[in-house]
Amino acid sequence: MQLLNEWAFIGVFFAIAWVFPLLPIAGSWFLRPHKPNAIKQQTYECGVETVGDTWVQFKVQYYIYALVFLVFDVEMVFLFPWAVAYKQLDWFAFGAGFLFIFLLADALIYAWRKNALEWI
Amino acid sequence: MEQQCRDLINTLAACMVAGGTDPNLANLLSALLGVVLVATLPLVTVILLIWVERKFAARIQDRLGPNRVGPFGLLQSVADALKMLTKEDITPAGADRFIFNLAPIIAFAVVVLIWAVIPFTPLHVGSDLSVGILYFVGVGSIGAVKVMVAGWSSNNKYALLGAFRTIAQLVSYEVPMILALLIPVMMAGSMSMQDITRAQGGMWYIFASPLAFLIFFISNLAETGRAPFDLIEAESELVAGYNIEYSGFKFGMFMAGEFMHVFTVAVLTAVLFLGGWWGPGVEQIPALGFVYLGLKTMAVYFAMLLIRNTVPRFRIDQVMNFNWKFMVPLSIVVVLVQAFLMRITTSLGLAPNEAGDFVSNLPQTIVLLLGNLAIIAVVLNMIRNRGRQQRLADEAAAAHSDLAHPAGAPAGD
Repeated sequence: MQLLNEWAFIGVFFAIAWVFPLLPIAGSWFLRPHKPNAIKQQTYECGVETVGDTWVQFKVQYYIYALVFLVFDVEMVFLFPWAVAYKQLDWFAFGAGFLFIFLLADALIYAWRKNALEWI
Repeated sequence: MEQQCRDLINTLAACMVAGGTDPNLANLLSALLGVVLVATLPLVTVILLIWVERKFAARIQDRLGPNRVGPFGLLQSVADALKMLTKEDITPAGADRFIFNLAPIIAFAVVVLIWAVIPFTPLHVGSDLSVGILYFVGVGSIGAVKVMVAGWSSNNKYALLGAFRTIAQLVSYEVPMILALLIPVMMAGSMSMQDITRAQGGMWYIFASPLAFLIFFISNLAETGRAPFDLIEAESELVAGYNIEYSGFKFGMFMAGEFMHVFTVAVLTAVLFLGGWWGPGVEQIPALGFVYLGLKTMAVYFAMLLIRNTVPRFRIDQVMNFNWKFMVPLSIVVVLVQAFLMRITTSLGLAPNEAGDFVSNLPQTIVLLLGNLAIIAVVLNMIRNRGRQQRLADEAAAAHSDLAHPAGAPAGD
């Protein structure tokens, strides 16, 4: 019951948190001027109309960083339970954790050696 | 029950049940009140903090800062908010209207959400989740979504490029941050923020693991987009980055969210590494915890302000290299050394006892501190050797080009 209450609080929080930013944005509707025109709504650039499609395909480098990040982020989920229980665990758990983190570091070294971490 | 009655909000629920209200409704209403209280605190604080930040920056730059609206210019933020309320809201042509409007709301809401798990005093905590740390990590990562949504929907190339850059930086620095978070979790044996704070009664974790504190602090500087990692904004390159097309209060939401995020990570640093609400006499008068937590938060916050106003901006490749080739390997080593030393001290019977007082914490803390200092010494030595090699190579190259272009001719190709 106690656990459920804690999560109920989070649930209410999620519902309320959107109201805080929504209120002033909606409220300003009554105070601000509404005079749109074509020139005002142009994309902000150097003063000339923007050329070509905006949603371009950009550097692949960002994608590679995202992939390396994903390796770490997924493994991190498994490390947290290990860390919580660590004080009660024995040397075997230390070895297991060491091996796991070593594999994690191995992925980093592999990416490093493959020049995936070079900004090009 | 006695414990509950000391807590105002829980007492309220108990009283309502006693008065004949349905228990579920009473719980919901008291939760509602708690949410409003917890969420309003950062909102009110941020209005003051913007003033603090502007005054601080002004003093460093030998200016006066805001000093016209109200005493000492204290009401400047209120005036700014009122001004933004009356500004026209421009949606650029070709923008994806729905998610364009959604982005500033996400930006602000996610920062407020983090406050749900922050323990203010031994008794007052929004929600003492057993997985508080994971909650913080999860909610904090939504921050990356707001950037992508804002940059993509604006239909502006500057915004899109800024968003790409920001995402790369945010997700990269999340890795050392989460690795550093493992250390308080390991030492407290719990992911609940309240348990982690309580476990620091004898010894703050900053003393046991200063490196974890530093890694957490630096990655949070990057997560909040503060100098020297402020290429999210990069006024001189990307105009404003992902929020370039926003005007009026939507822009204000991004700004307020950013200021609040800085304050929020300062609170988290205080909770996880500086002992949170611990201080003299806090067990007798729990409300004192507010004061201690506030003081510690302010210390971290001022350190962040000082760094923001004195350090120049990194280049994007420097930011990424610093993370992947320094922070991530270092944090992995710190976690491994921490695990090893904790295992050793437990085997030798040096681990702190159940009470966790100062004396019982001392042996383990000393061992861990020495381990951290050893890592620092090794790392500094590696950096120094690397720097020396680089310098010698540069000098050799310069000498070579001097021979090719004698008599002070401009060196180069």
